[in-house]
Amino acid sequence: MLAVHESEDFEQLNVLRSSRRQMIGIEDLSLVFPSADGDVHALSHINLSIKQGDFVSFIGPSGCGKTTLLRVIADLEKQTEGNILVDGTSPEDARLNRLYGYVFQAPALLPWRSIYDNCALPMEISGRSGPHQAEQIDKYLKMVGLQDFHNKYPWQLSGGMQQRASIARALCIEPELLLMDEPFGALDEITRDHMNMELLQIWQQTQKTVVFVTHSIAEAVLLSTHIVVMSPRPGRIAKIIQSPLPRVKTLALRDDERFHALAGEIRDALAQDHAID
Amino acid sequence: MSSTISTKPWFALLSFIIGIVVIWYLAALLMNGKQLINTLERKKQDWTYTQVASQAYQIPRPMLPAPHQVAAQLNKSVFQVAIDSKRSLIYHTGITLQSTLLGFVLGAILGILIAVGIVHNRTLESSLMPWVIASQTIPILAIAPIIVVVLGALNMTGVFPKAVISMYLSFFPVTIAMVKGLRSSDVMHMELMRTYNATQTQLFWKLRWFSAQPYLFSSLKVAIAAALVGAVVAELPTGAQGGLGSRLLSGSYYGQTEQIWAALLMAALLGSVLVFVVGLAERVILSQRGNANA
Repeated sequence: MLAVHESEDFEQLNVLRSSRRQMIGIEDLSLVFPSADGDVHALSHINLSIKQGDFVSFIGPSGCGKTTLLRVIADLEKQTEGNILVDGTSPEDARLNRLYGYVFQAPALLPWRSIYDNCALPMEISGRSGPHQAEQIDKYLKMVGLQDFHNKYPWQLSGGMQQRASIARALCIEPELLLMDEPFGALDEITRDHMNMELLQIWQQTQKTVVFVTHSIAEAVLLSTHIVVMSPRPGRIAKIIQSPLPRVKTLALRDDERFHALAGEIRDALAQDHAID
Repeated sequence: MSSTISTKPWFALLSFIIGIVVIWYLAALLMNGKQLINTLERKKQDWTYTQVASQAYQIPRPMLPAPHQVAAQLNKSVFQVAIDSKRSLIYHTGITLQSTLLGFVLGAILGILIAVGIVHNRTLESSLMPWVIASQTIPILAIAPIIVVVLGALNMTGVFPKAVISMYLSFFPVTIAMVKGLRSSDVMHMELMRTYNATQTQLFWKLRWFSAQPYLFSSLKVAIAAALVGAVVAELPTGAQGGLGSRLLSGSYYGQTEQIWAALLMAALLGSVLVFVVGLAERVILSQRGNANA
C-alpha cells in the first residue's frame, strides 16, 4: 500500500518520529450541521494522529470537510461526536492558551492598520508586546520578504504580499501549531511556487507542526510529510499517505520519479473513493 | 479628445445656479407684482404693467424678496455692522453655532453609547430600541418648549437647553448607523480575534470600533445637519434673545422678509460648511484604508 523508500534520512526521521509527542489526536470524530432540508454530515468518523513537527495536508474536492476539520482543530467549530485532543488538551483550551496560529483563505488583514501593526495585533492582544515585539516582527516580515513594507497599508500591497503578511502575522507569536486553510488558493502559480518554498523553509527552520488545507495535488506532494485524502458526502478520510520524499525539498523535486508516484497515488485515492464526481 | 463644456462639473453647477436665480426673479415678479397691484388698487391709483414690473423688485417688505434684495440684506447685516451688535447676522450665527456644536457632540456621544449598549446586550436591544425610534416620532416643535421649561426649572438656561434639543435630534442617526456599523465587522476578522482569544473589550477597541467608522462618519454628517435644525427650532419657541431662529421669528413678526431670507441662507450656508468639515475629517481619518471612504 505504501511505498517506503529506503533513504537514509528517511530512516533517521522514522526514529525521530517515534520519539516525538502527539500534537493532534482525533478519535471517531463526527460533525453534523442540522439544516432545514436534512442534516449535513460534514465529518464522519474521523481518526487521525498528527505528531509534533509533521507537515500534514488535507486534500480533497470541495465539500469533503477539509476546512471543517481544520476549524474543529482551531475550536472554530465543535464536533457533535467523538474526541479530539490538541497538544494534550481540548481545542478550546488550546485556543485559550493561544497555542496555534491560523491562516485564512483570504489575508484578513485589518485595513486600518499598517503591515507592521497588523503583525503586532496578536501580540497586543495576548499582552506579549514589549521590546521583544519589534525584533520578532522584523524577523518574520523579513522571512516572508516584506522587510521594506512595514509602514504600508494592506491596500497598497498585492494579493500575494497581503497573504505573506498574514503568514508573518501568524508566525510572530511563534505558535507551536500552524493551521493553514488554503492560504495560497487565490494566488497565481508563480507566486504560489515561491510561497510554497518559503513556507517549507520556515517549517524547516522552526520545526513547527503544520496542518495545511489544499485542493492542489502538487502542492500537497511538495509540502507534506503526510497527506490526508478526504472525500465528500459524508466528509471522511479516504486514505492517509506518508510521503517518501525527504523533508528538505526543492522545486526540482517535482521532476523526481517519487514525486510523480506520490501524486499518482493521491490521484488514485481521490478517484477510487469516488471523491471526484 | 477633450470633454465638451457641458460635461464639466463647474458648468453644470453654474447652469443650476443661474436657473434657480432666473426662476427666483420670475416668482418674485409674479408674487410681488400681485401684491403691488392690490396695494395700488386699494389706493384707487391707475397702474400699468411696465410700472409694476419696474417696481416689483424694489418694494419694501416684499412677499418674496428678489435675490439682490436678499444679497443687500446679507451684505448689510454681515459686513456693515459690528460683529458683536445684535443686528449682526454673524453674531446670531455664532449663537446658533454654539448650541449646534454642543448638541452635536452630546448627541454623537449619546448615540454611540446607546449603540454600544444595544450591540453588547440583547436585553438592551429589545428594551431600548423601541424608545429610540419612538423618540423621533414626536414632533420636535412640541417637545422643544417642554425641554426648555423643565431645564429652566432646574436652573439650566442659556445654551444648554438648546443643545439638548440639538442632541435629541442628532443622537438618532448615530445610534442607528453605529448599531449596524459595530455589527459590520468581517466574519473572518471576528474569527481571527477568536483565535487570539481576544476579550470583549479588545474586540471592541481593536476591531468593531474601526469597522464602524465609515458608518459613524456617514451618520455624523446627518447628525450635524440635524443638530443645526434642532438649534434653530429651539430658538423659535423659547423667546431666545439671539440666534438664527430668533432672527427668523422676529423677521416674521415684523414682515421683514429680507431678514428671514438672509437668516435662512445663512443657516443653509452654515449647514453646508458643517457637513463639509465632517466630510473632511472623514476623508483624513479613513484615507489610510485606501478606498474605504469612497
